[in-house]
Amino acid sequence: MKIYGVALLSACFIIGKIIGSYLGKLIHVNSDVGGVGFAMLLLMICSLYLRKKGRWSEPSEQGIWFWSAMYIPIIVAMAASLNVKAAASGGWVAIIAGAAVTLLGMLCVPLLSKIGKPKNQADGDH
Amino acid sequence: MEIINTVIGKNGLIFAFLLVGGIMLLARFISIRLTRKRIPDVALAILMGLGLAFFGTEKGIADIPLFSGLALLGGSMLRDFSVVATAMGADLNKIKQAGLAGVISLFVGVTFSFFVGVLIAYSLGYTDVESLATIGAGACTYIVGPVTGTALGVSSEIIAISVATGVVKTLVATIFTPIIAKKIQLDNPHAAVVFGGLIGTTSGVVAGLAATDLKLVPYGALTATFYTGLGCLLCPSVFYLLLKFIA
Repeated sequence: MKIYGVALLSACFIIGKIIGSYLGKLIHVNSDVGGVGFAMLLLMICSLYLRKKGRWSEPSEQGIWFWSAMYIPIIVAMAASLNVKAAASGGWVAIIAGAAVTLLGMLCVPLLSKIGKPKNQADGDH
Repeated sequence: MEIINTVIGKNGLIFAFLLVGGIMLLARFISIRLTRKRIPDVALAILMGLGLAFFGTEKGIADIPLFSGLALLGGSMLRDFSVVATAMGADLNKIKQAGLAGVISLFVGVTFSFFVGVLIAYSLGYTDVESLATIGAGACTYIVGPVTGTALGVSSEIIAISVATGVVKTLVATIFTPIIAKKIQLDNPHAAVVFGGLIGTTSGVVAGLAATDLKLVPYGALTATFYTGLGCLLCPSVFYLLLKFIA
């Protein structure tokens, strides 16, 4: 049943969010810290475990794949509901700072990617 | 006409599915026919979404009642839900391998964004430490900015600038990631984990990666999701005190 997959996804999502919120409270930040990340790790571990046990059926998995595929349309909807006018109205400070920070950050990617990467894999991993 | 409006108004989410489906179909058509696939259809669809957002303010085009369903479809609940679902396609071993790089890039990303933001704000004439810290925090994400600004008690104008800085960051990440990806070797899970930690604004990271290569999304999302929390932790406390100490 597809709903089993969706239910598992929901369980991981809720538990992850709860862990994230507790972590936020623990370090006195009034928000969810890494909730989505915890949920993703949980889902990966659960699906690995269930597959090993042979309890994982194709239809249940499809329930999760559906939501995974809905990701792009959701991002398009998100883009359409962003406050883009605020970005323009923040003046030059916002535009220059926002753009500089992002572009400079991107340029650091190859530098930091070297950490923990086996050398022989550096070129072949495409 | 009134009946049509009521039906759509009552079924906003369903109408949003239809709208987004239409946008993606149009984007695909333009991508194949007009750009010969040089610009990916996903990137085009996201750009069209951003363009539509100009018709409103606070919630983009979703401010218009007819299109309010888009805010639900593109809201944080469904967004996070589908991002978690993408974990199904991720390889746990690759994440383990990139773990250390991910954690380091998170700290580098938050620190770097904050101080570059502060430096730019300072060079453009802001001098009080609280405003500088708030704008620097906004350069992390548009959530860290207001959280820091509220904690430090700055004016709403400065908070607005910090939010705007964060939104610009999201937009730049969305638009430029697919363009710059090859040059920064962002073509494997390891680099995506680092990218998520460095840029951190979840919406920008996931939208940018989606437009680059769908397979990379879960890896970038995994680290990016810790970024805002880390920023909210460091900016109003350690970084603010550090800034005060320098000034």
